[in-house]
Amino acid sequence: MAAENEKNVNRVRIAPFVVILFFLIMGIFGIMTGEVSRVLEQAVQVCLSCIGIG
Amino acid sequence: MEIVRKWIQVITALLVNGSWSFPFTRTVYQGPLKVVCSPGLNCYSCPAATTYCPIGSLQQLMAGIRIALENGQNFFGLYVVGTMGILGGAFGRLICGWACPFGLMQELLYKIPSRKFSIPRKLNYLKYGFLLFFVILLPLAVVDDFGYGELWFCKYICPAGTLEAGLPMLMLQPALSQTIGLLFFNKLAILIVFIIWSILASRPFCRTICPLGAFYALFKNLKLVKLKFIEENCTRCEACHPVCPMGVKFNESPEDAECISCLKCMDKACKFDAISLEIAGLPVSSRGRIRIPRPKQSDAAM
Repeated sequence: MAAENEKNVNRVRIAPFVVILFFLIMGIFGIMTGEVSRVLEQAVQVCLSCIGIG
Repeated sequence: MEIVRKWIQVITALLVNGSWSFPFTRTVYQGPLKVVCSPGLNCYSCPAATTYCPIGSLQQLMAGIRIALENGQNFFGLYVVGTMGILGGAFGRLICGWACPFGLMQELLYKIPSRKFSIPRKLNYLKYGFLLFFVILLPLAVVDDFGYGELWFCKYICPAGTLEAGLPMLMLQPALSQTIGLLFFNKLAILIVFIIWSILASRPFCRTICPLGAFYALFKNLKLVKLKFIEENCTRCEACHPVCPMGVKFNESPEDAECISCLKCMDKACKFDAISLEIAGLPVSSRGRIRIPRPKQSDAAM
């Protein structure tokens, strides 16, 4: 019983690593397509209509 | 632990809003750090913002996807969603509790003495609609004659944008006040509603509207860092219920999508080590060890 409880408490979950790896690969594909420069281009501008002005 | 969390919230808010040259430049920070994703909701049109807002960037990419494809650019939001997914997979809504400037602001407002109200649980599902429609589908589907969509959430809803960008930009560039109209007053009204609501109820924006919180909530079972419920130690005293800022009844729904892992239930409320913090299934606190097996209520009744 005690051993079983210990096993339940300390079991390593793999799913988070799979999820993080999946999104890491997705992000790398984004970098490869040049999306980073697009994000930067948008982020350094003030979109007035986006903040309710204009 | 609460003090540590507050400090981390403040430091994160200062880091993602760390450009203080705006009184002289009178515009937003334009340096290379803007390719870094802000973990919490923080408008990148805020004059002090040093990072990009994932919700704003995702809408921008969705809104411009047709034009990008026509120009041979495969911008599908992979970088932005990839970054958000890494944060979500690692921390989930822990970010809401520890690293969101707008969450911090709501927490501070809630400290103002007043009569407090609960938020109907059904309203929690609204934020998934805002994520799906206002952040993804409407910017993608409703386009102008040039094929460019609008940033529906930023433009019509986001009170963080009004507070962090709209109002400061009006102060920095007074000439802009001539261009404000119904759109601005609509957003200002939304901001005022949420400020008042935040005084009366705990984190109303996080619970009902925030699309970033909705995205992170999708990782409730998959995130690396999470709270674990040790049923064997629970006495059903329900001490964890009133301390939760998100209205979660942790002993009844330990996998609740609303849990922001603020640790109040573990640190302040539970005296029986029934809640522990774990990373990838491994406990990182001394709490959560199984103590004396308790008889079930049905057994006790007998």
